[in-house]
Amino acid sequence: MSKTNKTSETNMTSETNETDTWEPKIIAFLCTWCSYAGADLAGVSRFQYPPNIRIVKVPCSGRVSENMILSALKSGADGILVSGCHPGDCHFISGNMFARRRSPLLGNLLEFVGIEPGRVSFSWVSASEGEQFAEIVKTVTERVKALGPATRLIKKIDQAA
Amino acid sequence: MPKGSVLVVGGGIAGVQAALDLANSGFLVHLVERTAAIGGKMSQLDKTFPTNDCSACILSPKLVECGRHMNINLLTLSDLVSLDGEPGNFRAVVRQRPRYVDPTKCIACGLCAEKCPKKVPNDYNMGIGKRKAAYLSYPQAVPLKYAIDPTHCIWINKPGRCGICAKECPAGAINFDDREKDHVLEVGSVVLAPGFSRFNPSSLDFTGYGRLPNVVTSMEFERMLSPSGPCMGHLERPSDGKEPQRIAWLQCVGSRDIHRAGNAYCSSVCCMFALKQAVISMEHAHGEFEPSIFYMDMRTHGKGFENYYNRAKEQGVRFHRARVHSIIPADDQGNLKIRYVDQQGKVNFEEFDMVVLSTGLQPYRHIIELAAMLKLELDADHFIKTDSFNPVASSRPGVYVCGAASEPKDIPQSVMEASAAAAEAGRILAPVRWTETSKKQYPMEMDIHAQPPRIGVFVCHCGINISSVVDVAAVSAYAGNLPDVVFSQANLFTCSQDTINQMINIIKEEKLNRVVVASCSPRTHEPLFQETLRDAGLNQFLFEMANIRDQDSWVHQHEPVKATAKAMDLVRMAVARVRGEGALPYNTVPVTKSALVIGGGVSGMTAALTFAEQGYPVTLIEQSDMLGGNGRKVFRNWKGDAILPYVTDLAAKVTTHPQINVKFNCEIKDVAGSVGKFSTTFSDGQSFEHGVAVMAVGGEPYKPEGKWQFLHGSNANVHTLLELDKRFIEEDATLKKVKQAVFIHCVGSRIPERPYCSRVCCTHAVDSAIKLKELNPDMDIFMLYRDIRTYGQRERLYQEARGKGIIFINYDLDRMPQVEEVNGQLIVKAHDPIIDAHVTIHPDMLVLATAIQPRQQSGKNLAKFFKCAIDSQGFLLEAHMKLRPVDFATEGVFLAGLCHFPKSMEESIAQAKAAAARASIILAHDVVPAESITAEVNRAKCTGCGLCVEVCAYNAVSLDENGLSLVNTSMCKGCGNCVAGCRSDAVTLKNVGNEQIMAAVDAAFCDE
Repeated sequence: MSKTNKTSETNMTSETNETDTWEPKIIAFLCTWCSYAGADLAGVSRFQYPPNIRIVKVPCSGRVSENMILSALKSGADGILVSGCHPGDCHFISGNMFARRRSPLLGNLLEFVGIEPGRVSFSWVSASEGEQFAEIVKTVTERVKALGPATRLIKKIDQAA
Repeated sequence: MPKGSVLVVGGGIAGVQAALDLANSGFLVHLVERTAAIGGKMSQLDKTFPTNDCSACILSPKLVECGRHMNINLLTLSDLVSLDGEPGNFRAVVRQRPRYVDPTKCIACGLCAEKCPKKVPNDYNMGIGKRKAAYLSYPQAVPLKYAIDPTHCIWINKPGRCGICAKECPAGAINFDDREKDHVLEVGSVVLAPGFSRFNPSSLDFTGYGRLPNVVTSMEFERMLSPSGPCMGHLERPSDGKEPQRIAWLQCVGSRDIHRAGNAYCSSVCCMFALKQAVISMEHAHGEFEPSIFYMDMRTHGKGFENYYNRAKEQGVRFHRARVHSIIPADDQGNLKIRYVDQQGKVNFEEFDMVVLSTGLQPYRHIIELAAMLKLELDADHFIKTDSFNPVASSRPGVYVCGAASEPKDIPQSVMEASAAAAEAGRILAPVRWTETSKKQYPMEMDIHAQPPRIGVFVCHCGINISSVVDVAAVSAYAGNLPDVVFSQANLFTCSQDTINQMINIIKEEKLNRVVVASCSPRTHEPLFQETLRDAGLNQFLFEMANIRDQDSWVHQHEPVKATAKAMDLVRMAVARVRGEGALPYNTVPVTKSALVIGGGVSGMTAALTFAEQGYPVTLIEQSDMLGGNGRKVFRNWKGDAILPYVTDLAAKVTTHPQINVKFNCEIKDVAGSVGKFSTTFSDGQSFEHGVAVMAVGGEPYKPEGKWQFLHGSNANVHTLLELDKRFIEEDATLKKVKQAVFIHCVGSRIPERPYCSRVCCTHAVDSAIKLKELNPDMDIFMLYRDIRTYGQRERLYQEARGKGIIFINYDLDRMPQVEEVNGQLIVKAHDPIIDAHVTIHPDMLVLATAIQPRQQSGKNLAKFFKCAIDSQGFLLEAHMKLRPVDFATEGVFLAGLCHFPKSMEESIAQAKAAAARASIILAHDVVPAESITAEVNRAKCTGCGLCVEVCAYNAVSLDENGLSLVNTSMCKGCGNCVAGCRSDAVTLKNVGNEQIMAAVDAAFCDE
């Protein structure tokens, strides 16, 4: 029983080889009180996950509007994760439930405009769930990778011309 | 009149915590530290268990706060030399040794140390490597001032011979005429936190310590792992600098050893210490790595410890239950050979590259002189003796003690005791709060209206926590080229006091009007940096953090290129976000000076009494019709004191105290408000206004079931420990007739469904067995155990039990004991690994040491009312496992007792006092800071649809007489649900508007 760490040099070379292959960028809106703390715990516990997410701290998952998600897709996000406290644990009483209700409604709209619903994910992660957070990021990254780049809301000036 | 100031002796984590709690609740504190800087042993650690937090990172904000606190008078290089007087009016003499560097002039440039020709062993690094006679203990030292070591300085020993530091110092700070001086201090109370010493293994010749260079102590190894240590955080063995691949940890070196070391007690922390070092070493290793731990019993009895142990096993740490016979050289390369006997009695030899001795904790080196001077009693092990039911009270009234000076203990326990000692020290001084303190004045805030953004970026190495993965220099250079960024710099530790002071100057010099720090997490460090902005005359809300450690370098450890790219993205996003932020007002809420305590057990009663004795009205609610909780069911504590009389007396004090209103058969129906002004409605319809709340809802015993039932409930001779205690309390004479008894440990604990150790049951079971032996010395008693965890001085009970002939048989989950019944006779079958044989016992009595679990019903529901987090087992989750053990992340709510984790009664009492002390900081103030980030309506856009009114959970939004939305700022909590709900984009959250958030999101994609 032993553990082998790759040296950083071999990593660098393998990474430069990988730069040609497409990597998605995913925006994660995390509530301050549960999910952001859970993401910190993943770090403190050294649970490794893919480096594709960019975390944006928001006070509450209920702060995240449909508009913000659509704007993020328009700016170039290949995927979005919104994560809040578990039902009943919301620091702001009920914000996570508004976020949850928004999720299927937005899913319908996205499908209507031709965006795969799998690009936008919603989860509950508490402050004590570092491992779960790392797992969710892995799953979301895999799912978005399988869908390929999101181009539907991005105007391609080169092609138009 | 008592004095409104307190003397705290010892500047380790316990002393620092006590000083901060006291200073923040209205007392002037004199903090006396023996060395040149505060921080103590914790500052020397690389990482802390069980969270693997960087020790310096979590400690540093507290040290900086201490160093900058208006009401903490820091006396370094000082010793308490006499103490006269009585509680309320002590006269202390503190003797301060010369530093030979004027702290008011020293700019910590380090030139004196650089030029000093005299090299001496580096005592901060446990003697590994050298420092100079002019020195700074460690990079984050507080105060950040150099000192000259008089025993080694050439000039001081032979004046006129050197003096190069004085010539080189650009500030003229060197003062060879500095002399010893006495400070006479008049104080109301005294808190002692002198800490502990480490056992020196030189006397144990079998270890080879001192002769074999690759045998090191755990503290030496800790310094080797530390990025600020002698090896710069690289795993290197002392003999040849080679990276070791096989390391052995030897447990109980100088602990649990009554022969050669003479220390009977268990040091409590070394098992977790070794586990942590094994796991962290694996992270440091570059190739094959094999850690092995040689132990007697693995003692992972704290919160989150057992999980850590299980994970270490999964990660490949090897465990040998054996005490090592000797360590000898294996060859002339520096490798070592360990000889040990395994459980089956076979002699084994194994080779290692390096051996770490897990050396025990000993009483503070000068404890006997200190105790004699202060007229304090010591216990048999020379720790400061404390009261059985007041774990922070020494034998001298008005003198309190906390931390490892009274018994070996870990950091959270020391921090709890520090807060508890602060509660006790401040209790009799409550009427003279704020009489000797001064108030912090911030400089005038710069008006940044109409100024173009001038952003400063500070990127942190965090030792090697960030820089070992992320290219910090590249990130800092990149940040410097971002639009509106006028200053960018990389720092070794951004939170160290010198960087903080430097930051203040940079903000002023560069006329920065917004600041970004790229480092750890805003959850731990944002308050420190925001305070720094205020000190520099900048509104604290013009600040953002980029989390490039917890959410980057630590989670992408093997992908440095991608992690660096991500760090650049995160910095760019933070810069984009801060660019659109503005100055916000500092809102406050008046404090309702009363407390709610939930739960009438020992913890709840202790907390209530601590509040009441300071003059604050308390409502204590209890769901049953009696006070006392589990305390009424336990026979005696491990020191042998009966518990029931104490609990009865405590309940009488609580019910008769004029400031305490006890409500029986009472539950909570609703909670409104937040810190400073909660309003709670009870099941009887009444309501109570309070500023703070303490959750002490207790725990409950696990009821044996399934394969852990062992005929409990069906055979009358099978008891749980509490059921046996009931017979002890009732002085059941039939117990004397029992001829044979068996105890089974860990019933329901340390199993996949409940992967934690219940902490107290080993001690409880062993003590119960001893009690049975007292009743009938001829009784045969067998203890079936997995690991005996009689931590600290409870170890004496284990030794006593073995001395009395009680037989201990080890079992594991693969070979569980079997219990049967034939014609009412119990038959217990087990496997004894020492003799490798099956054992069959026919006991008259079987006792099950059952787990302690959180309350299945009430706990979770109550937690929701106050929005407290719960861990995976259902115990309440504190704000930080190490340094905030009684706080919740939710402000104004605190926790104590079994609802936090299984613990002994004196630990519950300490935690309850600590919770009350932390809560009293809020009650000592007339106002508390309120939310500054609040919602705002653009009335020109508002259509009056009322959706914001619907979604607001705090009734902070209403429609005015024109039908337009109006936010009541004092009720707004800043969740932003109204912003997301508004269909006309009329509502925004100050500084967290769509503008700022979407600027950050957009920045993630445009590489500027």
